Amino acid sequence: MATAEVSNTKTLKVQRFKPADNPTNTYLTDEKGVWAWMTTVDHKKIGIMYLVAVAIFFAVGGALALLLRTELMTPAKTFIEADTYNQLFTLHGAIMVFFVLVPSIPAALGNFIMPMQLGAKDVAFPKLNLASFYIYVAGAIFTFIALAQHGLDTGWTFYTPYSTESSSSVIWVTMGVFILGFSSILTGTNFITTIHKMRAPGITWGKLPLNVWALYATSIIQVLATPVLAITVLLLTMERWLGFGIFDPALGGDPVLFQHFFWFYSHPAVYIMIVPGFGIISEVISTFSKKTVFGYWAIALSSLAIAFIGFLVWGHHMFTSGQSAVATTVFSFLTFLVGIPTGIKIFNWIATLYKGSIKMDTPMIYVFIFLFLFSIGGFTGIMLGALSVDIHLHDTYYVVAHFHYVMMGGTLIALLAGLHFWWPKMTGKLYNEKLAKIASVFIFVGFNVTFLPQFVMGAQGMPRRYYNYVDQFTAFHQTSTIGSYLLGVGFLIILYYLMHSLFKGAKSPANPWGSRGLEWQATSPPDFHNFDHTPVVIHGPYDYHQPMEEFQLGLAVDTNGHDSETAKEVVDKEREQWKNYSLG
Amino acid sequence: MDRLFEFMLPEAKSPTADSTDALFHFINEVSLVLLIGITIALIYFAIKYRRRSEDDETPVITHNNTLEITWSVVPLLICFVIFGWGYTGWLNLKSVPDNAYEIQVTGFKWNWSVKYNNGAQTLNEIHVPVDRPVKIVLQSSDVLHSFFVPDYRVKHDVVPGRYTYVWFEANEVGESQVFCTEYCGTDHSDMLAKVIVHTEEDFQTWLEKNGGGVSGTPVEQGEQLVQLQGCTTCHSDDGSRLIGPSFKGLWGSEETLTDGSTVTVDENYLRESILNPGAKIVESYDNVMTPYEGRISDEEITNIIEYLKTLK
Repeated sequence: MATAEVSNTKTLKVQRFKPADNPTNTYLTDEKGVWAWMTTVDHKKIGIMYLVAVAIFFAVGGALALLLRTELMTPAKTFIEADTYNQLFTLHGAIMVFFVLVPSIPAALGNFIMPMQLGAKDVAFPKLNLASFYIYVAGAIFTFIALAQHGLDTGWTFYTPYSTESSSSVIWVTMGVFILGFSSILTGTNFITTIHKMRAPGITWGKLPLNVWALYATSIIQVLATPVLAITVLLLTMERWLGFGIFDPALGGDPVLFQHFFWFYSHPAVYIMIVPGFGIISEVISTFSKKTVFGYWAIALSSLAIAFIGFLVWGHHMFTSGQSAVATTVFSFLTFLVGIPTGIKIFNWIATLYKGSIKMDTPMIYVFIFLFLFSIGGFTGIMLGALSVDIHLHDTYYVVAHFHYVMMGGTLIALLAGLHFWWPKMTGKLYNEKLAKIASVFIFVGFNVTFLPQFVMGAQGMPRRYYNYVDQFTAFHQTSTIGSYLLGVGFLIILYYLMHSLFKGAKSPANPWGSRGLEWQATSPPDFHNFDHTPVVIHGPYDYHQPMEEFQLGLAVDTNGHDSETAKEVVDKEREQWKNYSLG
Repeated sequence: MDRLFEFMLPEAKSPTADSTDALFHFINEVSLVLLIGITIALIYFAIKYRRRSEDDETPVITHNNTLEITWSVVPLLICFVIFGWGYTGWLNLKSVPDNAYEIQVTGFKWNWSVKYNNGAQTLNEIHVPVDRPVKIVLQSSDVLHSFFVPDYRVKHDVVPGRYTYVWFEANEVGESQVFCTEYCGTDHSDMLAKVIVHTEEDFQTWLEKNGGGVSGTPVEQGEQLVQLQGCTTCHSDDGSRLIGPSFKGLWGSEETLTDGSTVTVDENYLRESILNPGAKIVESYDNVMTPYEGRISDEEITNIIEYLKTLK
């Protein structure tokens, strides 16, 4: 097989393109200026704009969290009123879910990295990509209008009939979420098309980076689940605005129906948030172990399995809601099934480390933190899937701790791993490794100090969304608050050294980590068209036993990145040939 | 280790807790073993296989079927055990014994109203006999609430427009905390109640003493009613501002409404404000009160008005 590949590459006149360490033309030097950025269709610039937007929302959501934790220092009022508190936790949840976690990895890092991993010059529909970003901004504006009016006090879950009767600006937010959903759907559609149609010659489904597999699975969920959320918030808006009786019993509706609709989206949405994180973990763990990923197909297909089963477990949010006993039983059973592919991934990642060449740079530290925290998130998820135990734990701080271990300990830590991993690629700069390691200690310790006590007080009976609490929980709440401050310090350190890196950081070489990933075979920062040649791939993305030169192959294109007719012919011909090597 | 897990749960005070607690401990133990294994593997590999040179070569290990099947099937089997265990425990929580003593509990913003079979009524206190199964029939008169007693490991949402229930059998005399665990607005975290467990004898005595509901002159009945109906949660009788206007000096006063018009507080205004509170909201207050339409009789309204007239 190896000989066959070599002979093929020769006949196709493939040559080596070693990325320059000091590129003069990059995507940052082309198309400069505010207007050029705002109207760009370059996936990299759009990815950066998403990253900035997500970072701003994360800062807002995080500040809200610190206010909440400060209020909870004492059992009664500390410094804000009950109504304010209720608005703060609602906004914290809504901002973190809809404006941070859902778009963070796919729309920010995914937009930047995924086309490069495919050796493509952009996503399939670059203008649609820009439209997605502005739709996201429009959704955000609606939400800010709500804040300027009466805020929102329904919890991010909008449960009826409270949300029907609430005097806060529910409609502005539901419309914001409705608009935001289209951004998510369009990004998903764009990614699916890109992954199917834009892979460089030689990238068969079996040579697809696991990050791309993860984004593929995520995009499927985005496209299929998000319309249900849109319908749900639209029905809620109609009920509030026009008085249609759908969910409110006073109007002849059924409040449990709303919960079914809501979780039909919002449970798969959990996988929209976490599955892209899985992709990052696979990339980083292989690079920093210099080793083939163990169980490539198990990891790739388990993402699809999660995407599929994830659609069938929404009822586990409703074990105490009054849904039918049969439904409750079936949902509990299916919930355990979705845990298995997740467990498989964790074991595969650990097995990847075995006999590796492990370097504990910052991205890898975050992978280790991820594996520890996300495992706890997974185990406590099994706990909550068990029917009798969930009856006791439902809507307590145990659930709060669980989903923070999954969403923050999982998705956000994976995002940090990816951000530190791809930062040199995106900016062309290195960051202060020592400060980065110090920050990671603050994040790890702060996180556990914040959320471990919440498991205990939750199991002891402390309900969630409580402004006042009974005295026995004081010590847990205070510990948790102190932990949240440590977390805040950690994020400030990260902000500091990343800004420092951006303006004064040392220049990064093209491939500082020695990765075999295709995105690292471009310059740092990449060329405006990612590669000034058409990359040709003959090895899998994790084949660390193959020499680096063989990952830098490509076909020369004479038109500065734009496909000419002749180049297209060569590529098409080549694609035909490489079809025979599928799953190789 | 067992002591840590026991510390995590409140003391169990009903047989409904037994299966739940056993499963809670089992999952914690299995999880802890696996987590320690994962952590040790991570640290051990990170040290043993640390990078010694940038030219390190690593073996190509793509997969291992035996290993992968093992770590898929074994957790799956453990999950089946947990599912079965949780399911049987949950069936027990759903199966109310035939001899259970029934109590009606209504959740509304932000109180629990409790009614007993002989007409006795309490607010935020659920009196029950010890060592006898008790079935709590739940209903809501406004939004979603959830009835949670940690000591008994029981919880169920309280849904407007339908009945739900929980059951337990308190096994010692004393008090247990009740929480509302479904977010319901401003005072959600103050929507607390107590289960007060009596000996069978004391319970019967208590029941007889409180049977038949409110009693006395209309004013006395009105005073008891504003307590039982939860009015005093939001309306003070001493002029201090709570969620709603104070009762003190309310009668005969002139109030400015949110639309700028004024109204004199008379019988008809009070009656309307009890049955349909959203119709005329006093300026600077929010429309958050639960309508009492269908929950209170004309005679009770009259008695409450008589009582309010006395709060000068």
